[in-house]
Parts: sequence; structure tokens; C-alpha cells
Amino acid sequence: MEMDWQAIYLTLKLASITTIILLLVGTPMAWWLAKTQSAWKEVVGSIVALPLVLPPSVLGFYLLLMMGPDGFIGQLTQSLGLGTLPFTFPGLVVGSVIYSLPFVVQPVRNAFEAIGERPMEVAATLRASPLKSFFQIALPLARPGLLTGAVLGFAHTVGEFGVILMIGGNIPGETKVISVAIYDHVESMEWEQAHILSAGMMVFAFVVVYAMYLLEKRMGNQGK
Amino acid sequence: MSSLEVNLQHNMGNFHLDVNFSVPNSGITALFGHSGCGKTSVLRAVAGLLKTQKGMVSLNDTVWQQSNFFLATHKRPIGYVFQEASLFSHMSVKQNLEYGLQQIRREQRHLKMTDVIDLMGISNLLNRSTQHLSGGERQRIAIARALLTSPELLLMDEPLSALDYGSKQAILPYLENLHDELGIPSLYVTHDPNEAAMLADQMILLDNGKVVAQDTAANLLTRLDLPLASYDDAASILEGTISAHDATYHLTWISMDAGRVAVSREELPVGKIARVQIQARDVSLSRKFHSDTSIINILPVTVINTRDINDSQLIVQLELQDGQTMLSRITRRSGMTLDLKEGMQLYAQVKSVALIN
Repeated sequence: MEMDWQAIYLTLKLASITTIILLLVGTPMAWWLAKTQSAWKEVVGSIVALPLVLPPSVLGFYLLLMMGPDGFIGQLTQSLGLGTLPFTFPGLVVGSVIYSLPFVVQPVRNAFEAIGERPMEVAATLRASPLKSFFQIALPLARPGLLTGAVLGFAHTVGEFGVILMIGGNIPGETKVISVAIYDHVESMEWEQAHILSAGMMVFAFVVVYAMYLLEKRMGNQGK
Repeated sequence: MSSLEVNLQHNMGNFHLDVNFSVPNSGITALFGHSGCGKTSVLRAVAGLLKTQKGMVSLNDTVWQQSNFFLATHKRPIGYVFQEASLFSHMSVKQNLEYGLQQIRREQRHLKMTDVIDLMGISNLLNRSTQHLSGGERQRIAIARALLTSPELLLMDEPLSALDYGSKQAILPYLENLHDELGIPSLYVTHDPNEAAMLADQMILLDNGKVVAQDTAANLLTRLDLPLASYDDAASILEGTISAHDATYHLTWISMDAGRVAVSREELPVGKIARVQIQARDVSLSRKFHSDTSIINILPVTVINTRDINDSQLIVQLELQDGQTMLSRITRRSGMTLDLKEGMQLYAQVKSVALIN
């Protein structure tokens, strides 16, 4: 049970850090995708969406290669004196960010697209610089999308399994998250502990999805 | 002579915009034309919201756009009122008003918040959210918000077209106030000749991306070589001064050098300059002065020109004795009976006169 608490703590830590990084990276990306007229728009959009359709093991496999001693990320981290990322917590964060990216970028991009050009044009005619209007107008108006993205990114990272197993393995306190712990319990026939963790995940998932619906409903009414 | 200079060329698919005009640095200039004539594109280009392929825009000799130089919208001292009020939905009315004000330096604020709020009649709305406002209220707030940046040029893109008739009538007096009380030159896009007639001093007629004519509103509306005079609601504008109030019959008289006309009583000071609008279809013509008629507005006129509108009707351009022009829409049959000719002296009987401002 001690081990399970450790897995729960590790999972929440991973999901929180991943969500923060996703919002910082995904929001500008979503803005670019929503506003650009570049020919690369849909190419980049498709690459961001790849984790939606790829088997996690494929993603994990390539991440493992890239972060390994001969991969370009591995070379980079080694030259910076950080060693290699596979089987470490930072490695899990990198994997989770890539794996959950579409779950944040998509709703935020939709929110930016739904705002349209008009509010930004109005802000410009009121002398607000593009940077000011992004923070004062676009971000507050996109709040429902940002919240949805954050909740989805967090929840999806909590539920991650395949990528983690590929790049993180099963090191207690370092890379052993809830989903891996459940797998372990089942493998060693510890049904009761598997039940506790699994039922907890069920409740968590329900609460997240239900909260999202309520949130969307409230935001929807507010927008009228 | 300080003014707004505009010279724009832009191709959008099959549409070619090619305009060149300048407007004086005072009063309201209407950019007038059918939808799709390019008037909104011109306004957006002046604001810097549309970057035309070629062009030059300058206000009072400050260049905003020229060859490779393009001043971003937020650096142009403009106020812009969009067709829909486009208030920021995440802010209260007051926050909306303050947003523009906060962007400019204190010493550049020429208009006071309280004055603008009074001018637009929105003091009772300040603490409301933007969700439950009528269309007219929203648009008045949007205009106030634009004014609070103390613009040197006010750009309005059909600010009334999204409103119903009642809201439109309610907001017009505020726009007239704007015209009377602020010295800010304005470009006002509209497709409604009556709106242009009521608000504009100058009019620029656009068609298919080109400037067809530019003149005072009074002249442009009555020129027979332009399509405006042929519209069903073609009208002319006359200017005079309030000369007397008739308490018994509840009338207000407006005098011109060419005669006087009456409107329903309005509490306006005697001596104030007043503009009236007269629908072409409300003007009938006769060769003799009739006193045995219900019509009280009878003005001696000279026929300048006539043009057939359709198989049954024609439009007559008339000159008053003081040089102002007026339209009359009569049947071709009546024209035949009167034996209409250029230079002919007639009496115009005006059934109804509307005071504009």
C-alpha cells in the first residue's frame, strides 16, 4: 500500500508538471494554428494530432530511440551533462507532453478560432498592441478552451500507460505511476489492490468528465 | 489645408478597388454605395485593418501608409465603430469604456469620460454586464468606447444597420450630437440614403470599387446623373434657420431666402440653423400659386432638368430662388400636362417636411 501511495503521488506530480508545460507550449502553438495562413498549417496540425491515432508503443519506441544515448535528444542531454532521459522522471515528462499535446492544442485552437478576428481588430482600433490584446482579450475570451485543454491534458496524462512503460519502465518512486502499478498488481494476482486503484481511477475519470460538462454548460450560458 | 488623403488600389479576386479622394478635416463624410461596392474595404484600409496592395493614406500630412511603409492599426489615432457593437464579453460596460482610455497617455486624452458618457446617454448602463443590453445600447457604448481614445478621425461602418427601426431612430440623435459637439472628422459608411442625408455634410458615392462622385450631401442627392435621385425614397435636403414658432397650430417655421416651410413644433431656439429633408414623392408641381389647398409649404422654383425613372414616372430637378436644389417625382402624364421645360418657373407644393437637425 505504501508503494501505491507513492505511485499516486508520482502520477499527480507528473500530470501537474505536464499540464503546466502543455499550457505554456500548447497555447502559442494553438494560436499559431488558429491564425496562420501558412501552407504548413495543416501539416503541423496533423503532426500535433498524431498521438491521437498512433499506438502508444510506437510513440514510446521512437521516443526511447531519440532520448537514448545515440538519439539526437540523448546526444543533446548528454552534452548538457544531464545524462539520458529514458527511465527517469524528466523522461516521463517529455513523453507525456508529446503524448497529451493534441488534447490541449485542439480545444485551445478551437477556442481561439471561435473568438474570430473581430475582438482583436477592436482592440487594435483601441490602440492595444498585438501582445497586449493577446493577453487582455484573446486569452480571457478563450478561457473555456484553456480550461478544457488543461483538464483533458491532466486527465489524459493520469491515464497514460503504453508510452510510460516503453520509456520509463517500472521504477518505484521514479517512473512507476498508477497505471503501471495496476498492471503490476494484476500480474502478481493482487486483485484487491488492483481493484482499489482501478476503482479510484474510475471515480476520478467520472468526476473529470462530469465536471467538464458542467463547466462547458456554464461557460456556454455565459457566452450568450 | 489639413485633411484625410486616401489613394488605394487593391485586387480581391474579381473585385478591383481603385479609389482616390480627400475629405476635409471636419464634419461627417458618408461613404455611400450598394453592398459590395467596396466602401467597407476603404474604411478598413484607412484603419489599417486591410493592407491594400498599393496605396497612400495620410491624415493632416502624417503618412499612415505609403509604398512600403504601413503604420499598424494600433498606432493610428482613429476611433472605429463596427457594424456589430463587438463589446468585449468578458468585461463590464465600464471596463469596455476604460479599455481604450487606458491605452493612451494621459496628456493625449482630450475627451472626458463623463462628457462622453453624457453625450451617448449611457450613465445608467455603466455597471451592467454586456450580456443584457439592447442593440442600440450596445452600439452607443461602442461609439463611446471609440471616442474615449480621443481619436483624430472617427471611422464608422454602418453602425445602425444591425438595429431595428426603433433603435435606429433612438440612436440617430446621439450621432447628430456627435456631429454638432465634437470637432472630430468622421468617415461614415452607409448604404441608406436617408441616413447619409441626415448625418453627412459630404458624400462620396462608390460603385464597384470606384469613386463615382463626391459632393455635399445636398448636391449629390439631387444630381440626376447619379442613381440616388431615381430611388423610391429619393429626397433632398434644404438648409434654413428656425424663424418662428406657431403656438396656435403647433408648428415651427423654417425660413430660407427662397421661402419658408413648416414642421411640427420643435423646441428649438429661433435663429438656429436647421436642415430639413423633403421626399421627392411629396413634392407636386403647379404653374400657378394655389391658396385653395391644404398644402402650406409652397415654394417658387425653376426647372433645371428632368429624367424619366420608368415608363410612368419622372424626376424633376428644381432650383429654389436661393440656389438650393430640390427633387420632385411626378408622373410622366403630369409632366406632359405641365409641358415641363428647362428654365420654366413653377410652384412646388411640399406635402411634408422632416426636420433633420
